[in-house]
Amino acid sequence: MATQTPITEVVDLTAPKPPKHLWLEVAHDWVTTVDHKKIGLMYMGFALFFLLVAGFQVLLIRIQLFVPNNDFVSPEVFNRLFTMHGTTMVFFVGMPLLFGLGNYLVPLMIGARDMAFPRLNAFSFWISAFGGILLYFSYIGSDGLYGAGSAPNVGWFAYAPLTSPAFSRGNSTDYWIIALLLTGIGTIGTSLNIVATTISMRCPGMKMSRLPLLVWLYLVTAFMVFIAVGPLTAAQIMLLFDRFLGSHFFDTQAGGSAVLWMHFFWIFGHPEVYILVLPAFGFANEIIPVFSRKAIFGYPAMVAATVGIGFISMSVWAHHMFTVGMGANANTFFVLATMAIAVPTGIKIFNWLATLWGGQIRFTVAMMFAIGFLFQFLIAGLTGIMLSSAPFDWQVHNTYFVVAHFHYVLVGAILFMIFSAFYYWYPKMSGRMLSERLGKWHFWLFLIGFHLTFDFMHIPGLLGMPRRIYTYEADRGWMIWNMIVSTGAFVQAVGVTIFVYNLIHSYFKGEIAGADPWDAWTLEWTTTSPPPAYNFAKIPSVGSRRPLWDLKHPEDPDSNYEFNDSTADEESYR
Amino acid sequence: MNVILEIMLASQGWYGLATAQSKIFNSPTNIFEPAATPAHSIFGLSMLVFGITGAIFIVVAGLLLYALIRYRSPATGGENFQEPPQIYGSNQIELSWTVIPILLVVILFLATARVVYSTEHAQRPSEALNVSVIGHQFWWEYRYPKLGIVTANEVHIPVSGPRDHMPTYLTMSSADTDHSFWVPRLSGKTDVIPNKVNEMWFDPEAAGIYLGQCAEYCGTSHAKMLIRVYADSPQAFSAWVANQQKPAVEDPSVKEGRDVFEHNACINCHTIRGTVATGRFGPDLTHLASRDTILSGSVPNTAINLHNFIQNPEYLKPGVLMPEMHLNDHDLDAVTAYLGTLK
Repeated sequence: MATQTPITEVVDLTAPKPPKHLWLEVAHDWVTTVDHKKIGLMYMGFALFFLLVAGFQVLLIRIQLFVPNNDFVSPEVFNRLFTMHGTTMVFFVGMPLLFGLGNYLVPLMIGARDMAFPRLNAFSFWISAFGGILLYFSYIGSDGLYGAGSAPNVGWFAYAPLTSPAFSRGNSTDYWIIALLLTGIGTIGTSLNIVATTISMRCPGMKMSRLPLLVWLYLVTAFMVFIAVGPLTAAQIMLLFDRFLGSHFFDTQAGGSAVLWMHFFWIFGHPEVYILVLPAFGFANEIIPVFSRKAIFGYPAMVAATVGIGFISMSVWAHHMFTVGMGANANTFFVLATMAIAVPTGIKIFNWLATLWGGQIRFTVAMMFAIGFLFQFLIAGLTGIMLSSAPFDWQVHNTYFVVAHFHYVLVGAILFMIFSAFYYWYPKMSGRMLSERLGKWHFWLFLIGFHLTFDFMHIPGLLGMPRRIYTYEADRGWMIWNMIVSTGAFVQAVGVTIFVYNLIHSYFKGEIAGADPWDAWTLEWTTTSPPPAYNFAKIPSVGSRRPLWDLKHPEDPDSNYEFNDSTADEESYR
Repeated sequence: MNVILEIMLASQGWYGLATAQSKIFNSPTNIFEPAATPAHSIFGLSMLVFGITGAIFIVVAGLLLYALIRYRSPATGGENFQEPPQIYGSNQIELSWTVIPILLVVILFLATARVVYSTEHAQRPSEALNVSVIGHQFWWEYRYPKLGIVTANEVHIPVSGPRDHMPTYLTMSSADTDHSFWVPRLSGKTDVIPNKVNEMWFDPEAAGIYLGQCAEYCGTSHAKMLIRVYADSPQAFSAWVANQQKPAVEDPSVKEGRDVFEHNACINCHTIRGTVATGRFGPDLTHLASRDTILSGSVPNTAINLHNFIQNPEYLKPGVLMPEMHLNDHDLDAVTAYLGTLK
């Protein structure tokens, strides 16, 4: 806790507005805000709410699967639960959590006062939030003329022709389509904002080669969103046409193609995985160096690997389709493309390892979650390589092995890194530290629960258990594994409850954080915690990738070691 | 390739030992107990992939663990804390951990491509048995075009040994939503998709029942869409074929039940060869009583199960397309008795 005072030249010079007292005033302020920080916080609050909802859904799923031939929930309810769990977690937890953190951090880290388009930012949030509300309104709103509807029950990738009117009566699928269309618009809007902000709002001296890696990763993510979300939106509109206007794109009974939907969906769906994981890499790129007390190892390689992952991830989608009969040539191509992505991903893991190497590692809760991320992402990547071997995938595709693999990515890597980011940036956002004691309880319980659930979940997959089955036969030898998996789920739930309690408790009772509690190096730590509405009273200017390192170590600034083409070039930025 | 083969063989031996020792992995659908050529080649490849990824895990996780222990900060940093030396990167090291993964990827890719082509481009021998598989919500229809047999849910195929080489080739499509045909001990899965014809093959090396189930979510009772593959000895298979080719048994003692069947909507959806029932939406019932199970393998084929299912189809199989027929108890018993005679 070295520097407790903000860098003097960026502190608040104007008098703050008088505090608001009436709750209506406060609510009005939040609803009409265009401040990137408040929008970021609303994104996160919205996502945390849905995290609890979708987490509750999965507890019901795990109770149902605890023993074979269970009838805790009916098959209809079970099918809705896994559809809503998947859709919610991807579109209304993962995306808004990551976009919320991005919204909050990107302008602060590049020394800007807001996003490039503050109103578009607010619009993007509200339309995404409306999509989430609409999805859940389906529970009461989608009865339709047939009285057949409730929540969607077609699975989160909604394979045709299960979504055609013949097999999905009522309006539940329509709610699913429109909810995703709306959140897609919000996603594109925020991505536009991130690109525009990063390109044009950087503070003086912040060349692209000095961009914090987190911002680089958000930039690549945003470009991927442009390419990936379009096909999903197009497919959703085509599906709406099928359902209401009598077209037959995916209507196999009238000559449509089920495989066409799969291609559309996974051209979106696989890059989506990287859209979710790249920001998590970004957090790791900021948090691991600070708690190792070393600069990130191989900054240019990290940027190159990110861009490489971005490109390659656009050509791997059909590894979700090795079993649909694409033929040996197509299968082989997607095997190669998928395996190739292991190379840039490996570079990242090795560079994090090299960052730790020779450091002075501080085991704060944020760092503990980041270390959990490193191990778990390593395992997730290796099971990913196994799955990329098409014949192995012919066996375990659509089984609990795959479910375990992608939860290793989404929970073991992404959610762990999101928790890490919360422990790291919560002091900046709230002005108070999260309790490290509660945080350790959260970490250990969640870690144990995670491994009970997702390590053992691989095994029923190898023993032939498909996903999305509401119950299973007693003679298959899957029961013991499902019992362990279900037990772990409840341990994780306890961990998350402690986290939520910690968030609320520390907001009122936490230790005062100060501007720079972690002795960190990027610009967000130069301003007060929480930052004023305008972020920086005086726009900072930077001379290296770690401006605060330079300030704290004037005898040995980073700029001595970074490649500088010319100082004249630098002048043009000022 | 020799080195790879040796690794594959060694790891197979190791795994065989492990499975023999532990009963806990016992499952009739274990992908690591292959019983046909495609499943065997996938198993061999899996062991190579497990070996390489396992070695990577041990090396990288070991280095990570070492770094975490070796470079942990002393508990009390305090006043005289010294920042460690700052290292910004090293082209040589970074190049090495780019090139080594590339080499590993090349090895894995070549081994994978070999299995992909050997399985998908396998020459179909002239003696192969052809079976058409049609997926339905939530049951399987099997047709033997050259033998004139139509049956449901339990598919009989011959064992294919070195002496009686007779692999089975499945030609598959769906009548409604997407399904996926998967019998782990025989081969990987292949999706069963409407408006698309897919193929797969296997050659079971030992007689027995191989279990599996639908592996693509297809609607309410997806979980109950089980698969039973009966691999018969050549003699047993011939006997089964001969029986299936006969028209339905006519037992005068159950004439009343047959009348109930023929005078109700049953005949719109079900076929019983030799009667007026020629419907094609539901399973062919010509030799229903010769099957061990009903409802796509989910319950044993007993009179009581049959009775209960006809009385209330939705109870045993939620989402089933068969409607309640509202038969009175007398007719229900009669039709159950009739179906029980269709050997």
